[in-house]
Amino acid sequence: MSLLKQSLNEIHKRRKSRELSAQDLLDASLSRIRETDDRIGAFLKLDEEGARKRAERIDEGDEDPGLLAGLPVGIKDNISTKALSTTAGSRILGDYAPLYDATVMEKLEHSRANMVGKTNMDEFGMGSSNENSGFHPVRNPWDFDRVPGGSSGGSAAAVAAGQVSFALGSDTGGSIRQPAAFCGVVGMKPTYSRVSRFGLVAFASSLDQIGPLTRNVEDAAVVMQSIAGFDAKDSTSADVEVPDYLSALNGEVKGLKVAVPREMMGEGVDAGVREKIRQALKVLEDLGAVVEEVSLPHSEYAVATYYLLAPAEASSNLARYDGVRYGARVEGDNLVDMYNRTRSSGFGPEVKRRIMLGTYALSSGYYDAYYLKAQKVRTLIRRDYEEIFQSYDVVVGPTAPTTAFRIGEKTEDPLTMYLNDICTIPVSLAGLPAVSVPCGLSDGLPVGLQIIGKPFDESGVLKVAHAYEQNGERLPEPRIGGDAR
Amino acid sequence: MSRYETVIGLEVHAELSTESKIFCGCSTRFGAPPNTQTCPICLGHPGVLPVLNRQAVEFAMKAALALNCDIADTSKFDRKNYFYPDLPKAYQISQYDQPIGANGWIEIEVDGKKKRIGITRVHLEEDAGKLNHSENGDGSLVDYNRVGVPLIEIVSEPDMRSPQEGRAYLEKLKQILQYTGVSDVKMEEGSLRCDANISLRPKEQEAFGTKTEMKNLNSFRNVERALEYEQKRQADVLDEGGTIVQQTMRWLENENRTKVMRSKEEAHDYRYFPEPDLVQLKIDEGWKKKVQASLPELPDARRERYMGEYGLSAYDAGLLTASKPIADFFDQVAAEGADTKAATNWITGELLGYLNTRDQELSDTQITPKSLAGMIGLIEKGTISNTIGKKVFKELLEKGGDPGEMVEEKGWVQISDEGKLKEIVTEVVSANPQSVTDLKNGKDRALGFLVGQVMKATKGKANPKLVNQLIREHIGL
Amino acid sequence: MAISREQVEHVARLARLDLTEEEARLYTEQLNDILGFAEKLNELDTKDIEPTSHVRPMANALREDEARPSLSREQALANAPESRDGMFEVPAVFEK
Repeated sequence: MSLLKQSLNEIHKRRKSRELSAQDLLDASLSRIRETDDRIGAFLKLDEEGARKRAERIDEGDEDPGLLAGLPVGIKDNISTKALSTTAGSRILGDYAPLYDATVMEKLEHSRANMVGKTNMDEFGMGSSNENSGFHPVRNPWDFDRVPGGSSGGSAAAVAAGQVSFALGSDTGGSIRQPAAFCGVVGMKPTYSRVSRFGLVAFASSLDQIGPLTRNVEDAAVVMQSIAGFDAKDSTSADVEVPDYLSALNGEVKGLKVAVPREMMGEGVDAGVREKIRQALKVLEDLGAVVEEVSLPHSEYAVATYYLLAPAEASSNLARYDGVRYGARVEGDNLVDMYNRTRSSGFGPEVKRRIMLGTYALSSGYYDAYYLKAQKVRTLIRRDYEEIFQSYDVVVGPTAPTTAFRIGEKTEDPLTMYLNDICTIPVSLAGLPAVSVPCGLSDGLPVGLQIIGKPFDESGVLKVAHAYEQNGERLPEPRIGGDAR
Repeated sequence: MSRYETVIGLEVHAELSTESKIFCGCSTRFGAPPNTQTCPICLGHPGVLPVLNRQAVEFAMKAALALNCDIADTSKFDRKNYFYPDLPKAYQISQYDQPIGANGWIEIEVDGKKKRIGITRVHLEEDAGKLNHSENGDGSLVDYNRVGVPLIEIVSEPDMRSPQEGRAYLEKLKQILQYTGVSDVKMEEGSLRCDANISLRPKEQEAFGTKTEMKNLNSFRNVERALEYEQKRQADVLDEGGTIVQQTMRWLENENRTKVMRSKEEAHDYRYFPEPDLVQLKIDEGWKKKVQASLPELPDARRERYMGEYGLSAYDAGLLTASKPIADFFDQVAAEGADTKAATNWITGELLGYLNTRDQELSDTQITPKSLAGMIGLIEKGTISNTIGKKVFKELLEKGGDPGEMVEEKGWVQISDEGKLKEIVTEVVSANPQSVTDLKNGKDRALGFLVGQVMKATKGKANPKLVNQLIREHIGL
Repeated sequence: MAISREQVEHVARLARLDLTEEEARLYTEQLNDILGFAEKLNELDTKDIEPTSHVRPMANALREDEARPSLSREQALANAPESRDGMFEVPAVFEK
């Protein structure tokens, strides 16, 4: 088994006994990337030199290295890094070189994790398949003909292929959880406001959250411990104490009340996926959890709500890419012409589509009918969850209605693509923590079990995910590229 | 007399005197070299987030309270979206439907008539950068130092009925803001800016006419002139049976006319929506009270006090309180124990005259309350004459120092030695027989002349009272 | 139709995007699909429902008024596509 497929805890033991150095780990990561990434395309750029220097520095210390010290990590390219240019998967950012590190980068630096490079993504986080990368698509390590999911597809694929120990992604409507499900890894979207957004290139500010993609639940807990917490630089960051996540993984789910929304187990979800989720629920029941079906009556409105709100915020967030202060510029006859040319050639089709949609939803005469209406429905969706959480500890269902689909399968029809987010979007709108944990294969492709918790109850979510992981179906190793099906 | 009534409303922007910008830690200092007071946050780099400056909020509250506004319990920020190179994020963080303050008023006085002008709202927002249009016209250069300097926008009700009222409102507003200390209100540096809405309606008509908006009115004089120009232009159009087109115009100061910037059809669609990166502002009673308590005495109250406490005329009290530094200076001179009537005369006469002719501020001079009070004391005691006082005053303004030491050093101490003065009086009287005759014939003016001659002979150092008495005695009156 | 071709072109102007013929046609069609789908929200009566703009209610996130060092001018301009005389250069604002 590849070095990087071991859990952080196992590696930590070997690190403590000096059996393994940060440089060994880095070598393992870089050689695996060299071996596989020309086919997968998970990385947009590497920082070999910087990573090597950091590894040497980490190896110099002789105290307990800490759980993340020296671990090679992939960072989604919408997280600001001084060491490497940051493009958010877009051509419009050109060779933009950030002058500052995102707060999560400072935190990882403090934990002495070692960034090897920036991972590929759908442009500005807009996509569910990574086909919207401004540079090149990412292929699913389980099957190269299939998408890795999106928008954190590069991060998910890099972890699945054993290129890095873990990765950071960002989730606006499912962008960590859905690729985690498609690639057979663990992905967590924290409670909105739990992890600082400072330095995360904004897509939809009221929804964006950074979170980990890891090999297993324990690793997710360790990474969360490093990156969570109040940040004075993010006004929406919550000053809520961060508990010890690892100690929550105690397997105690007996008597725990699990709600399964019937809307997440209906016709819109593939039968194969539903079957896997049922089996997973059985595992939880066998462990003593009480599983009951519930209804979230407004979830059917979530996709429409999301695809008004997120593009509206995005249309404003992406207006700054105008060719004046940074990024690409296409010259024009006058100012407006320069703006138009720069933006038209810099943004890809999906980003333009969403900018148009969002601009329209906010425009004079349509604000009330679209944007305000969607904000009100968001309230109803949030309340559905509040009500369920009066009587249940967690809500469980599939992460995505399908397994990884074929490259090109949904690119023609944006709406069909958007509907792939039906299971993750309501959770994002409600701002809740959720994790996707692998729960077996359907037709040889990974299925993700989504566990959703109360605000700031990442511990509860991780506990249930861990209990399932320890007792449920384990995934085999992906045969990189899979069969030529 | 015109057939129309003029309706004017003003939108005033004032930069707040915080140390740092509204959403980041960059300095707000005026006049720094271009682009030396910026950071990733105010430059709108990808991934940055704003964090609101507490002082900016309190200054906005303070201004709103001084303008008699209600303070919102809950206030929030919104994004105003438009593309322009001076706006890095392509949206301005402003306040749309929940401003910090609303429903205020101030009182103005034009031609002795007092009038209340309503204030619709006071809201907080960020300033934009500065665009320098290059001379050859093939490009513009942007300086982002000013981006993110906190601003308050003060929107008046359409309560003004003449350009003079417009100007009086703006002057009063400036005065109040200056007293509160929230802004340095310098129109020439752009820390106070004014846009005006103006429309005409036939007298006795209720409904407002179509308005035009004028931008870039960067001095009190320009506000009045531009309003007068536009008032006349609109009247001419209406007189000829034309209709006013709703549009935004720019005042061209040098050409003394307005130029159309954009019509209503081209008006922006700002697509306001709640700023997701900032949380709401909750202002409780305690906070409001704390800010209220920090409000200084405002100009109207101080004027009343000067009239009541010191018996000053409304005119003098108005002159003293027109500018806060002057009023503060007056209070300090009074606190030093100086006679307040004398202090009033020196300040409203000599001091304001001196500053006006040189276009200077009080802070540009060297005079202190203590030195002026000292000088007034010297005159009172008869140590120096009023004439010498003027010389001392000028020295104090330009060089500063202790007036007592100064008059000793310069030999300006008044001559009250009767023997010495009698000699001079004798000389003057014998040199001016005609004046003596005139004086004896009851022409009092001649006495003034003779005293003046004695003063001249003593280089102003003679005690005028004593000289007066000695002359009368000498010629036996 | 929820949105006309003219509206699509107007929105593109607001968003500072130039659309090709083909894009204008395609976006009109696709935006209509999406907005048609969004019509679903009108099934819900939201008259008395408060909008959610922040999912976690918080208030008064404030910083103290302290000036901190800024970027050097060189750093500020480092990413600029065009600069001159220590400033960011843009094409003439008004149409030639």
